[in-house]
Amino acid sequence: MMGPEIESLVAQVARLPGLGPRSARRIVLRLLSEREGRLLPLMGALAAAAQRVVVCSVCGGLDSVDPCSVCGDPAREPMICIVESVADQWALERASVYRGRYHVLGGLLSAIGGRGPEDLGVGRLLARLDGSVREVILALPATVDGQSTAHYLTERLAPFGVRITRLAQGVPVGGSIEILDEGTLAMAMSARRLAE
Amino acid sequence: MEWSDPAIILSLAPYGEGDQRAIVLTEANGAWHGLARGGASRRGAPVWQEGNLIAARWVARLPEQLGTLTGELVHPAAALAMNDAMALAVLRAACAVAAGALPERAAHPAAFLGLARLMAGIGIAGAALPALVRFEVELLRELGYGLDFTACAVSGVREDLAYVSPRTGRAVSRAAAGVWAERLLRLPGFLVGDDAADLPACRDGLALTGHFLARDAFGARHAPLPSARVALYDLVTRRINGETHAG
Repeated sequence: MMGPEIESLVAQVARLPGLGPRSARRIVLRLLSEREGRLLPLMGALAAAAQRVVVCSVCGGLDSVDPCSVCGDPAREPMICIVESVADQWALERASVYRGRYHVLGGLLSAIGGRGPEDLGVGRLLARLDGSVREVILALPATVDGQSTAHYLTERLAPFGVRITRLAQGVPVGGSIEILDEGTLAMAMSARRLAE
Repeated sequence: MEWSDPAIILSLAPYGEGDQRAIVLTEANGAWHGLARGGASRRGAPVWQEGNLIAARWVARLPEQLGTLTGELVHPAAALAMNDAMALAVLRAACAVAAGALPERAAHPAAFLGLARLMAGIGIAGAALPALVRFEVELLRELGYGLDFTACAVSGVREDLAYVSPRTGRAVSRAAAGVWAERLLRLPGFLVGDDAADLPACRDGLALTGHFLARDAFGARHAPLPSARVALYDLVTRRINGETHAG
């Protein structure tokens, strides 16, 4: 029923995260029915992003300049927060709780995924520890792979004498003790601190 | 087709956006593959971590299908190990060795019980590493490559067993080893007696079981020892040499 151009567009949209063929058809239909208002601006934005967005050669983040605006900002604190992906970096930036710089690993140590220490790009991270960095924060997932990567990085960073910290793990804001899983409870209990 | 059983999660691979392809180990059904729907989701991720003991249920229309796994957390071994580099390395090595060495859908109750014991004590400092060595000895026995530490293969004596033949897997006493000692594998005292399971003894134990796992259990499948197991040995060696901080 559909022309090859529409079929191709649906197939491309359906491959995006969170979308399937049905939602892809709805999106394509909306784009085509609002050509001026949605399709052409989207095309322009995609073309601009494809042309200008680059991976930062310092931190591995995404921006339209290299080094990225975070790495190039002199007001940033001399700290490096190590994250798994750009999505994690964006989450921390959204929260506005951290004003240092980042280092995006692009993945974790994973036996199943076939990612070994050599795939983490640790050399690029170590090259940034020039003495001006005061602290390295390991903001990695609380998973077996995430924490294995954190332990590995701790070991590699230790000789540099820089302060290494990890994100706290435990009861989330708004979380009731009753509904927490046993793993989170165990971590929260082991990481308890003195009430002041 | 369906079964419900306590199971230990051995391996997880992402499947799609929120699902995981899992291998679990049960007492009655052995190593079993299945799809854990939502295993990588915010709700499922705390349960679907390697090493966790879960109350698992597997359902499929036909027995030969991959089927769907669901689970409820019973013992959060992964969370208990996460803050300790050594415990986490032991957990990953044990799961990787079991996932790679055990045949699919063949019951190995002793392997399950050994791994369950290991995971139960994963958070106890100093206990996990010797427990892993004991588990690997048990696993080799379960797979038909049992090591024999009952008596010296040369003299027949039962005392002062200090080495193991890398060819036969039988113990050799210190006196019988003589000039051949350097060619033999060291037998750590905690495997045959009440000796302390310190780091050097555990390293000897890992070298011993690693040799036979690589040659027999994995060698028979033309596969190398899992990278997690190799990384554990390297970590123990670095700790002995004082190259890393404790933690």
